[in-house]
Amino acid sequence: MIPEIGHFALIIALGVALVQTILPLAGAVRGIPSWMAVARPAARAQFVFLFVAFACLTQAFAANDFSLLYVANNSHSAMPWYYRVTAVWGAHEGSLLLWAFTLSGWMVAVSFFSRNLPQEFVARVLGVMGFVSVGFLLFMLLTSNPFERLLPAAVEGRELNPLLQDFGLIVHPPMLYMGYVGFSVAFSFAIAALLGGKLDAAWARWSRPWTTVAWMFLTIGIALGSWWAYYELGWGGWWFWDPVENASFIPWLMGTALIHSLAVTEKRGGFKSWTVLLAILAFSLSLLGTFLVRSGVLTSVHAFATDPERGLFILLFLGVVVGISLALYAWRAPRVGLGGDFALVSREAMLLGNNVLLAVASASVLLGTLYPLIVDALGLGKISVGPPYFNSIFIPLMTPVIFLMGVGPVARWKQASVPELWTRLRWALMVSVVTALLLPVVMGKWSPLISLGLFMALWIISSSLKNLWDVAGRNGLSGLARGLAAIPRGYYGMLFAHLGVAAFALGVCISGGYSQEKELRMEPGQSVQMAGYNFRFDGVRDVTGPNYQAKEGVVQVSKNGKEIVVMRPQKRVHLVQRDPTTEADIEAGFLRHLYVALGEPVSGEAWSLRLYYKPFVQWIWMGTLLMFFGGLLAATDRRYRLATRRAPDYAAQTALAR
Amino acid sequence: MKARYLAPLGIFVLLVVLLWAGLYLNPREVPSPLIDKPAPEFTLPLLHDAGKQIARKDLLGQVTLLNVWASWCDACREEHPLLVELARSGQVPIYGLNYKDAREDALRWLNGLGNPYVASAFDEQGKVGIDYGVYGVPETYVIDREGVIRYKVIGPLTEDSLKNTVLPLIRKLQG
Amino acid sequence: MKSVLAVCLLLCAFSLWAAAPVPQDEKLEARYRALTSELRCLVCQNESIADSHADLAKDLRNQVRAMLEQGKTDQEIMNYLTARYGDFVRFRPPLKPATVALWFGPFVLMALGGGLLVAYMARRRMRVSNAPLSAGEREKLAALLHGAGDEGKG
Repeated sequence: MIPEIGHFALIIALGVALVQTILPLAGAVRGIPSWMAVARPAARAQFVFLFVAFACLTQAFAANDFSLLYVANNSHSAMPWYYRVTAVWGAHEGSLLLWAFTLSGWMVAVSFFSRNLPQEFVARVLGVMGFVSVGFLLFMLLTSNPFERLLPAAVEGRELNPLLQDFGLIVHPPMLYMGYVGFSVAFSFAIAALLGGKLDAAWARWSRPWTTVAWMFLTIGIALGSWWAYYELGWGGWWFWDPVENASFIPWLMGTALIHSLAVTEKRGGFKSWTVLLAILAFSLSLLGTFLVRSGVLTSVHAFATDPERGLFILLFLGVVVGISLALYAWRAPRVGLGGDFALVSREAMLLGNNVLLAVASASVLLGTLYPLIVDALGLGKISVGPPYFNSIFIPLMTPVIFLMGVGPVARWKQASVPELWTRLRWALMVSVVTALLLPVVMGKWSPLISLGLFMALWIISSSLKNLWDVAGRNGLSGLARGLAAIPRGYYGMLFAHLGVAAFALGVCISGGYSQEKELRMEPGQSVQMAGYNFRFDGVRDVTGPNYQAKEGVVQVSKNGKEIVVMRPQKRVHLVQRDPTTEADIEAGFLRHLYVALGEPVSGEAWSLRLYYKPFVQWIWMGTLLMFFGGLLAATDRRYRLATRRAPDYAAQTALAR
Repeated sequence: MKARYLAPLGIFVLLVVLLWAGLYLNPREVPSPLIDKPAPEFTLPLLHDAGKQIARKDLLGQVTLLNVWASWCDACREEHPLLVELARSGQVPIYGLNYKDAREDALRWLNGLGNPYVASAFDEQGKVGIDYGVYGVPETYVIDREGVIRYKVIGPLTEDSLKNTVLPLIRKLQG
Repeated sequence: MKSVLAVCLLLCAFSLWAAAPVPQDEKLEARYRALTSELRCLVCQNESIADSHADLAKDLRNQVRAMLEQGKTDQEIMNYLTARYGDFVRFRPPLKPATVALWFGPFVLMALGGGLLVAYMARRRMRVSNAPLSAGEREKLAALLHGAGDEGKG
């Protein structure tokens, strides 16, 4: 009964979405206020129905209703309740429902936090979002219904893939989708502006917080995925340039370009058509990612069960949404106007440079991801494009971006002078270069790549701190506290986000350059030394979990004779899906991780083990947390919160901004 | 001026065409670089008689099928009746490469399901498999008179692939 | 200059605590790790043979190790595997006519982007400086000029 309610709720939601798309958009064209007024209540109604559908599916999982095909394929009654419930989004159909539900959440947020926006604009925004929702709901109802019945019902489920029975599944997809889907708001704002024919700085100010929040979630979503892969897959890697990973990273790069471009459009009225294009592209790339993951066009460990028919539907939807948007862009963007002038050396120019580089990086990752497909489609054979390629090109592309990250905030708007920049930044530059050259020598191994990575991190840190000093320390040390307090929150947002990038770079560089690993066969009682630590293998014993049997290894770790920790890596075999999974044990410290994974039993009581020493690897994810925090600060800057209370006066605002 | 703004749309259209083509390809399939090259040299003990050996030269002089199989392989079970049928029809001699198997299990499997092979080579370590670029079981090679590999079937043979691709090729090679 | 050096040394001292010495005698191990992480596992397909649990991956790892111990060069080992499995087995696509666009594409894009950027900024300056004032702007300008004139008089 309940699944039928859920199914019915989806159908009603589709109807509401159609109404939400057609009436407000038509109303905006024909100037009919009553039609436009339908947008907000329709968005809220859609949220209610999608919530009902989502709740029904969740209930089916919680109650072990194996008469639902989706539940039977992805659950098992012996699974702990928290995995049964999060298995809702563990596979294709349910994750689509999560997508649609998340979209309705964003629509509701837009419907509430848009009091100061003109009705016509809101109608267009919600109308466009409604159209996207129509696409996803149709996709679900026509090809991927999570409420499809299995008759006769299965006695027991086929269990969720053991790799997914993990905390990572609880957090990674929701955060990731909040980001992916969140870019639809910026997208809708851009389309609404193009449809209305008016694109001004006020539009940028409205778009910015929404985009920043979406970006925040995408950042943390990707970071959670990377962290999950790190501890789950058992080989100590945290990024594989897998097509599905790239599918989330490409929109992230574009989204980062977008938030920087919006800054210029808001402050100086410039880059308008470029910002609109970025907004369209960021969400289009999210949709493209959805296609890549679900169509079977690329091989990936992460890909959902693939089906060309589903792929065709998504491709069609993608073609329509993005095609119409880009056509609209080609038609309307030329009229949009120029904005203020700026010199070749100025903050605008550097931000534009940053955008171009990020767009190029985005395109390059996309090129590498799709290249095997291109070669195959042209009949030129089969090739692989993997980490060696992406690492080779990504670092040269990112280096100028990071360099600009240091110079940009220091440069003046409109016109900056190179001598002034040199004066302000030469100390930071010299410290960065010298330390980057010396540090690796001190740490025991020098290579150009390590020095480059260190330079990038140190450059961001030193130039950011110097800039902070310049801004806050105008009255010397005595006035520093007051100076710091006077700085708007948005600036701190930038500071923390940039420092996050530096922390990330530091983590990547040091863990990449100085990690040590040993893969070897060990007898119980045998010890091995690595990186100053002593690892003693104490054998393997049997352990039983809620829905699995495991072999647990015991490894004593000590340093200089003092015991530090006992590590217990496991090899688990689950009840139904009997492929063994490796659960590594990680001793996670701020400055280093010790990582131990069980290999195979060798002979007698001996096992093969993998031991890793990874210095600074934690900084990779701490960096992303800092970025998240920076985004939060930027999105909650006073001017966005105050704007909701002030009475709207668009004409004045646009005149001022020009 | 206008044309510049159409560029994103233009590129997107190309992308959609590419992706659409991609829906009909199989990214997981690994084509063999050995097509139209001489079949790699090998010498292995026979499955049925550890004392005797079989080598590449034994396949020369006629068009042959070399079928990679194992008793632990489910998909091999699917294609086996087809192979038995094909062997009985006498159209082409079929040689087996028993890949990474246990002799007992392999013999028992053949006894139970029928033995279509003129002879089966016992590749316990899988080294010859690597030489032939085997990455999954079953796989089947069509080898011509001179010992050149002309075609590779990845995965189990089906009625369709036999009728439409493999048998016509064998007849062509037989002259 | 002294302060620069001081900061650098301080940072170095901090790092001593974090890093650890690297042993010298693992050239072969390092080559083994580097090679196996560049080779694709054909069964799992999105892991390298270094990381994959598949049987074939294990066999190929052993093959690589055996060849390393026989004194083969990295190139010879790569060629051996490519001869058997094709280019698909290499994660770093070899530079051939078919992959020229892949390897040079990003840098061509970067140059293109940079070129377009500079051209755009140059053209923009001309357009902005040559754009006539709108009616509203002309009124504002008149008001400002007259206001300044009045102040000057008074």
